Amino acid sequence: MSDTTPTVQFLSAEGELAPTESAGEYSSYLDRLTDDDLRQFYRQMAIVRRFDQEGTNLQRQGQMGLWVPSHGQEGAQVGSAFAAKPQDHIFPSYREHAVGLIRGIDMLAVVELLRGNTHGGWDPTDPTNGNFHGYTLVIGSHALHATGYAMGLQRDGVVGTGDDDVDAAVLCYFGDGATSQGDVSEAFVFSASSQTPNVFFLQNNHWAISVPVTVQSRTPLYLRSRGFGIPSVQIDGNDVLASYAVSAKHLDDARSGKGPQFIEALTYRIGAHTSSDDPTKYHDLEQHNFWVSRDPIIRFEKYLRSLGEGDTFFDEVRIEAEDFAADIRHRTLALTPPAPATMFDNVYSEPHPVMQEQKLWLERYEAMFEEEQA
Amino acid sequence: MSSIETSAPAARPAARVEELPMAKALNAGLRQALADDPKVLLMGEDIGPLGGVFRVTEGLQAEFGKDRVVDTPLAESGIIGTAIGLAMAGYRPVCEIQFDGFIFPGFDQITSQLAKLTNRSGGAFSMPVVVRVPYGGHIGAVEHHQESPEAYFAHTAGLRLVSPSTPNDAYWMIQEAIASNDPVMFFEPKSRYWPKGLVDFAGTAAPLHASRVVRTGTDVTLLAHGAMVSVLMQAAEIAAEEGVSAEVIDLRSLSPVDYGPIIDSVSKTGRLVVAQEAPGFASVGSEIAATVGERAFYSLQAPVLRVSGFDTPFPPAKLETLFLPDADRVMEAVDRAMAY
Repeated sequence: MSDTTPTVQFLSAEGELAPTESAGEYSSYLDRLTDDDLRQFYRQMAIVRRFDQEGTNLQRQGQMGLWVPSHGQEGAQVGSAFAAKPQDHIFPSYREHAVGLIRGIDMLAVVELLRGNTHGGWDPTDPTNGNFHGYTLVIGSHALHATGYAMGLQRDGVVGTGDDDVDAAVLCYFGDGATSQGDVSEAFVFSASSQTPNVFFLQNNHWAISVPVTVQSRTPLYLRSRGFGIPSVQIDGNDVLASYAVSAKHLDDARSGKGPQFIEALTYRIGAHTSSDDPTKYHDLEQHNFWVSRDPIIRFEKYLRSLGEGDTFFDEVRIEAEDFAADIRHRTLALTPPAPATMFDNVYSEPHPVMQEQKLWLERYEAMFEEEQA
Repeated sequence: MSSIETSAPAARPAARVEELPMAKALNAGLRQALADDPKVLLMGEDIGPLGGVFRVTEGLQAEFGKDRVVDTPLAESGIIGTAIGLAMAGYRPVCEIQFDGFIFPGFDQITSQLAKLTNRSGGAFSMPVVVRVPYGGHIGAVEHHQESPEAYFAHTAGLRLVSPSTPNDAYWMIQEAIASNDPVMFFEPKSRYWPKGLVDFAGTAAPLHASRVVRTGTDVTLLAHGAMVSVLMQAAEIAAEEGVSAEVIDLRSLSPVDYGPIIDSVSKTGRLVVAQEAPGFASVGSEIAATVGERAFYSLQAPVLRVSGFDTPFPPAKLETLFLPDADRVMEAVDRAMAY
């Protein structure tokens, strides 16, 4: 397994504060965290874990064509998402439900996307959506969009001004499979060339559907960016504190004009790639059990309990997570299909004769059946 | 009549007409667009100090700086993909693809991302990106440098495709393409980069997506875009000598197609020959032939005929004059159409 290389870790698998040597330079970033922040870390991880379970249930009950689980990757996602500032932009792949939740997305939008009601689901330009961009299903394509966006921030003059409320970065998530895509390598080339404020956050969950990461790379993936001139670090992605501290530092570096950064978070997809997948055909049980024992939520609960957090808090979070899932369920069951004519909307930004003609044709065609029934 | 109105750039005050080759007309159009809107950026390979391999961007980096005229790394997917991100951030990138056959590394970003992001985002993002593609043969170049790939893009919803045939159109259409809030594939007929034509800097732009009758006639309609329009004009001269009056239409916009002038013309002449450098199978010419058949069936005196490149790879340059339709090939089709 590729996690034998030195990684940044603050919490041991047993939830004890035991920073590795490589964690030293990141320790000061933990000083920014209040006790309430720590409770928020746990709360968001637990809510998304429950949301994810509800998504799986709803898919199995026919409410969605597909579900994309995030189970097991909550630590990597929640820590990094909390490290981002409001003015930062986030380019997810399609499994970053926790990041979306923290940035303000209504999680029902993810359901609508995977149900087949939309191709997108939320408006990234709506300020309430926290600059959280759309999911991109072509693996790795969005790494270039994130790079281009960061080139735009440079031209806007909001990088390296020294004003903490102005300087912005672009945080881009992708997985181990994506590192084999040319677009990710091209994103490294363009971001290094322009010294853009990008932080590329790789969640190495060890599997690209059924193909192990060893097929993607013979070297640890955090080394990949260094040949492009992009500094990198490998972290224990199931340690939410490591994810937070390392992301905070590298986002700071990116915002301050130090150019692109690369983080490899070692984590594991506990469940299937999607609801269409069957991991029993390829999963290694020993590896699976190893990672289950490193669960980010259980580990962090142990840590919080060691700090004195009691049952009351954990019970409250459990109830909140149940309520969250129930709300998603109720609203999912109330969803209606999109109106047929919306197919022709927003294909272009400006009026287009073919869209107008075909929209009209479909309306007349549908009306013929209504007349027959009448 | 054009099917769509596009906001045209304001007419320039000075009454100024100049004879320029298309490459310099495009240069002037790009300069004007850069001057008009600080959000306009040019991106591409070798477009900076070199001015592009066809010198279309000559002098623009010196005038507008490296942040606005960007020499990119050599990667077409990277060029289009970062242009998409810049468009999301409010910029209006104009990407230069060095040669037609080099567009395919960027094909995925163009078709799966650029073309679909407005739709995917529910209209949240416009994609005001122009992709300039020097295309077509007649320059005696090596493989991948003489192709006509427009049909691949015409098949993709979300893209607009245009191709100027004259320096004047090139000057105006590039500015209209940049002003469009939709992605525009801007196909530049590279064999027409050098012949000069009058550019009316004080004129007004025809709508970007309007097709246009460039020679009137009564017996047969000839239709093409880009470099092939000048071939049709030669053919029309030959036809006139043979007593056949040919009307010539410059398509200008490949997607959407402005069918108004085409149907009007075919209603009058009853015959249509569509010419293109591209291979004919599943081509823009095929689509137009099928649509005219549907819409003008009772006006047609002959089947719509296509004159295309062969359905082979673009051949080695020593064979290109056989591959590319010339006036004689067009006349062969005109003769067949007239024989019905």
